[in-house]
Amino acid sequence: MNPRGAQGMNRRGFIARSGALVVSFSLLPRLAGAQAGKLPGSLSKEPMLDAWIRVGADGRITVFTGKAELGQGIKTALVQVAAEELVVEPSRIELVTADTARTPDEQYTAGSQSMQESGTAILHAAAQARVLLAELAAKRLGIPAEQLSIRDGAVNRVAYSELVAGQELHVRAQPQSPLRDPAARTVMGKPLARVDIPAKLTGQPVYVQDLRLPGMVHARVLRPPSYGARLKALDSAAAAAMPGVLKVVRDGSFVALVAEREYQAVTAARALAAAAQWDEQAKLPDSKEIYALLPKLPSQNTVIHENGKSATGAGMIEAEYRRPYQMHASIGPSCAVALYRDEALTVWTHGQGVYPLRGAIAEMTGLPAERVRCIHMEGAGCYGHNGADDAAADAALLARALPGRAVRVQWMREDEHSWEPYGPAMLSKARGRVSADGTVEDFQYELWSNTHSTRPGPAGSLAAAWQLEKPFAPPPPRPIPQPTGGGDRNAIPLYKFANSRVVHHFVSEMPLRVSALRALGAYMNIFSIESFMDELAAAARADPVEFRLRHLQDPRAQAVVRTAAERFGWQAWKKQPGRGRGFGFARYKNLAAYTAVACEVEVDRDSGRVRVRRVVAANDSGDIVNPDGIVNQIEGGIVQSTSWTLHEAVAFDRQRITSRDWGGYPILRFPDLPESVEVHLVNRPGQPFLGTGEAAQGPTAGALGNAIADATGTRLRELPLTPARIRQALGA
Amino acid sequence: MISLDVNGKTQELDADPATPLLYVLRDYLQLNGAKFGCGLGQCGACTVLVDGRAVLSCVTPISTLAGRRITTLEGLGTPEKPGRVQRAFVAEQAAQCGYCIPGMIMQAQALLERTPHPTSGEIRKHMSGNLCRCGTHMRILRAVERAAREP
Amino acid sequence: MRPLALIAVAAAMCSACAAEPLAPVAAPTRASFDPSLIAKGAQLAAIGNCRVCHTAEGGKSFAGGRPIETPFGTFYGTNITPDPGTGIGGWSEQAFVRALREGIDRDGRHLYPAFPYEYYTRLTDEDIHALYAYIATREAVHAQNRPHELRAPFNIRALVATWKAIYFERAPFRPDPARDAQWNRGAYLVNGLGHCGACHTPRGALGAEKKDRPFSGGIAEGWHGPALDARSPAPVPWTAEQLFKYLRTGLDDVHAIAAGPMDPVVRNLARAPEEDVRAMAAYLEALAGPPSAERRKKADAALAQAKAGSRANGRGAEIYAGTCAACHDRGRDAGSGGALPLGLGTAMTIPTSSNLLRITLEGIAPPEGQPGRAMPGFADALTDGQVKDLAAYIRSEFGRAPAWPDVEQELRKIREERK
Repeated sequence: MNPRGAQGMNRRGFIARSGALVVSFSLLPRLAGAQAGKLPGSLSKEPMLDAWIRVGADGRITVFTGKAELGQGIKTALVQVAAEELVVEPSRIELVTADTARTPDEQYTAGSQSMQESGTAILHAAAQARVLLAELAAKRLGIPAEQLSIRDGAVNRVAYSELVAGQELHVRAQPQSPLRDPAARTVMGKPLARVDIPAKLTGQPVYVQDLRLPGMVHARVLRPPSYGARLKALDSAAAAAMPGVLKVVRDGSFVALVAEREYQAVTAARALAAAAQWDEQAKLPDSKEIYALLPKLPSQNTVIHENGKSATGAGMIEAEYRRPYQMHASIGPSCAVALYRDEALTVWTHGQGVYPLRGAIAEMTGLPAERVRCIHMEGAGCYGHNGADDAAADAALLARALPGRAVRVQWMREDEHSWEPYGPAMLSKARGRVSADGTVEDFQYELWSNTHSTRPGPAGSLAAAWQLEKPFAPPPPRPIPQPTGGGDRNAIPLYKFANSRVVHHFVSEMPLRVSALRALGAYMNIFSIESFMDELAAAARADPVEFRLRHLQDPRAQAVVRTAAERFGWQAWKKQPGRGRGFGFARYKNLAAYTAVACEVEVDRDSGRVRVRRVVAANDSGDIVNPDGIVNQIEGGIVQSTSWTLHEAVAFDRQRITSRDWGGYPILRFPDLPESVEVHLVNRPGQPFLGTGEAAQGPTAGALGNAIADATGTRLRELPLTPARIRQALGA
Repeated sequence: MISLDVNGKTQELDADPATPLLYVLRDYLQLNGAKFGCGLGQCGACTVLVDGRAVLSCVTPISTLAGRRITTLEGLGTPEKPGRVQRAFVAEQAAQCGYCIPGMIMQAQALLERTPHPTSGEIRKHMSGNLCRCGTHMRILRAVERAAREP
Repeated sequence: MRPLALIAVAAAMCSACAAEPLAPVAAPTRASFDPSLIAKGAQLAAIGNCRVCHTAEGGKSFAGGRPIETPFGTFYGTNITPDPGTGIGGWSEQAFVRALREGIDRDGRHLYPAFPYEYYTRLTDEDIHALYAYIATREAVHAQNRPHELRAPFNIRALVATWKAIYFERAPFRPDPARDAQWNRGAYLVNGLGHCGACHTPRGALGAEKKDRPFSGGIAEGWHGPALDARSPAPVPWTAEQLFKYLRTGLDDVHAIAAGPMDPVVRNLARAPEEDVRAMAAYLEALAGPPSAERRKKADAALAQAKAGSRANGRGAEIYAGTCAACHDRGRDAGSGGALPLGLGTAMTIPTSSNLLRITLEGIAPPEGQPGRAMPGFADALTDGQVKDLAAYIRSEFGRAPAWPDVEQELRKIREERK
């Protein structure tokens, strides 16, 4: 990654130039060794400055991002970035997020790329806008730019709003920007309170679930009881006659009901569901046999990494790891509002990618894309591709069925649990050998997984589209290429081994609906690799932390490992009966944030219950914009990963999903919470932003698996590590 | 017509008496605090106070609420003047997506009204009916402790 | 009371009737036991439900501390881990056997029959041997026992000797040659290790079983243990297959979910050998006997109503419609959200309102972090008046029986407990 921009460059040397719309950056002194060409971050796709930054006559500065707030604090971080480079109070900035009519197209808010893509773009756009504003002031005041003072949204006390009369910011960005000296920062890297929290905690209408439009009506969609079920018969007369019901909409097997009041929709939909008969065809695998099944299904097999020569034959340590289907299980089921008026469709959605969603809805409805507008409004935390896009598709179809009326579709809990795309079940196998000098001589890793992305995309990604009279077929799944990867994300360890080989078996047949769940394959691959590292360390009779350091060459990786170990007190830790400690480390995607996690657990041999006593993490996310935002994401990732690792698996029978509510899919509750969680940050001012949001999932799982093995003397390799499994492994 | 006391105000509602309070709060009164999380009484996102006790509004029909005092998030404070528990949650930045937090705040309010100085174990136990999917639990606990410390 | 006077006199005469203390021994090591013996002991302990009474909520297994409410006061389960100082680490196998067979601890003191030795006395030598291997190899936990909080005169331990003299029958289990092996195995487990009668058999004022009416209904910690004999109040008579499913999973299609004290029992039985649970189910089915024609007719009516749903009017009906119907009228399915139609539940048909009130107010929660059905509690959502109206409606509509006489007092009891 190239270091961003001009360290130490300041406002010196800007020369005013009159009249031209083209920015006079050509007169900027070039950096020694600077590169021409590629614009940083998302500027490469949307190079016009005023697509990102606008100055209003009223003094308000509007910043546009194609990314969406998912609860990860991105709005706040982007405001900080813009405020820093524009030299204004954060409260002066209004941030507009993902809206196909107003913001740049930054595809999805996913993969922990918002800071790298949007943050970088806004950083540079804001810096360059500042330069332009300085030039405008210089021209107006007749003072050389380097003598100007920029403070508080004004240049020599002339407010930005007074300097900008028209299209001055409508210029292309340059590859280099005069970024502010990190040492002089006042906003970035400082703890700024989240801009969105106060409204959420006082009942302001923030979420798409809170959106109320004049004349809005309420809809419920009948989801089929299982994948691929066709509607055989529907006697809608009774439901249609219930109080408040406006319409029963049917298109093939897509059935929905619209009513005036929300509860009227709920009760009528129940009656409608009782009057529907379905032809069920789904044949789901035996959930106990899924790991035997995966390697038998046809797969695309790719050697994604090879170094030296890996051996075959005996004398190696081998292990197999398993991960079940797991759910996003967002606390707020998906919701969307849509309005079709004057042949234009507007959809308010919490989907992660408004532009791709627009394309999918356009294809599904037959409307031209320019007549479809998707506006992001927050939903509950999604952690990836959940039901949000499908709810938007439902709403779009119903809005078309009731032109001129805003239609709100709210998924019920059972809808979300049964129909959201899950994180795929995965199987992995590791083989390795340690040499006499205590280093890994050979490391082989292979994994089997479905795709980790079925996002829209085409209309065939939308559940509603499958049910239409003229259905859209789901597109054939494709792997996400390395270095990012999908199921094979983080399958290539950051460690350096003498010989190593990694194989990705991409299984296209999907028995259950799957897509991207936070960290994608990295969660399972890191769990497997970190567990296996401990098994290799044991063979080398080495301390697990020391063993990892032995194989890490990246100094930043070493730093987080050391920090976590030190803060945990790894050296001095004393083993007590029933207690164990474990360590996990990874650099997310081998490209993003570095995270190391050390934890201590206590295992009750008789009940199999695991009490997590302490978790200590260290994280390096590059240049920190909002330190508390990073701590929040890592803490949250640790707790969520603890829930996945100790509790979660989707249950299904031979035909249907049977995890249809919280009773059928329990997650961690307060009594199961770790007793303490600490996060220590390593800041790298001036270094590129590194994505943080998914960085804790895998290392936490690795640390827990290793701690349980240490506490019990028995290695568990099948997720989740439930009390029943622990009991079974331990015996009586 | 059913008459309800919501945040100290009498509301006349032309709704089916079997309607759960949650839908009345959101759909009739445009109050956003109580959230739809499951409709099954399993997650606590819809928590409100009835006569000072935490109640799941998604499984409480309005027919049972005549003459009883209903308090929602909006009744604890306003954006300009947030209440004690709301202030504590903001101070601790105890939210990620924030969707579960109103329910947490109401549950905490109920606890603090009965047990002004709960132990950390008591807080964990009391909050166990409320789910958080983002993993904000540690901050939520700190926020409740902080609110308890405030006069 | 005459029995009390009798006991007082007998106690005075019998105060020297305690047994010999047994010398403490070094705690045996795991290596000294065959692993298969320990495994067998684990399975027996699952049937005996030892963990439940001897583990505090959220506490370490077998380390004691759990309160057990009885009409005589509160007992606290003891620490039976092999800790030498605070547990039973110093107990020899002989001491262990004596405790189970005779209800006497290592020091020679009488154990209160809250520890159900009147049932465990029926265990075979081999089974006690296996249980010892299991209990002696648990993780040792240092935790002082909490003294029981009993009302006078029950806090006089020596009086137990007299209670035993009158009520405790030290009889080993005798198989019935007229019955098959499975029935006998079931009889042995239900009457011995399973100590089902502790909750399902009525007891007299001094807590002794009414031996003339075994399994005709009892109480445990405020809950009613329904009759398991021909008096069974279950709307749909239990078959052995249904009993097996219920005892293993807590769930059966036409019966209510295991709740209250039965919940930990079924969770433990999930860890017991399958054939043993089947044997218990077979025995219990035979115990109830084939249902009468009248009972079968009632069962058909209950099943028909379950499909049709409820339709009545009145205040209670209105509360039901808004609070309960959304889940309970839907019926249970493989997914969730729906719940058992109430006409099929025993809580509606037993002579007391206690079970229904407890479930209504407390709800039903699956064990922490494990999949399971959940029902919210309505203790704060409903006023006492509303609870009474609802209970009356449910009793008449779904229990199809005369009104309960004890709603007021049971409700008061539960509210008190919740304070």
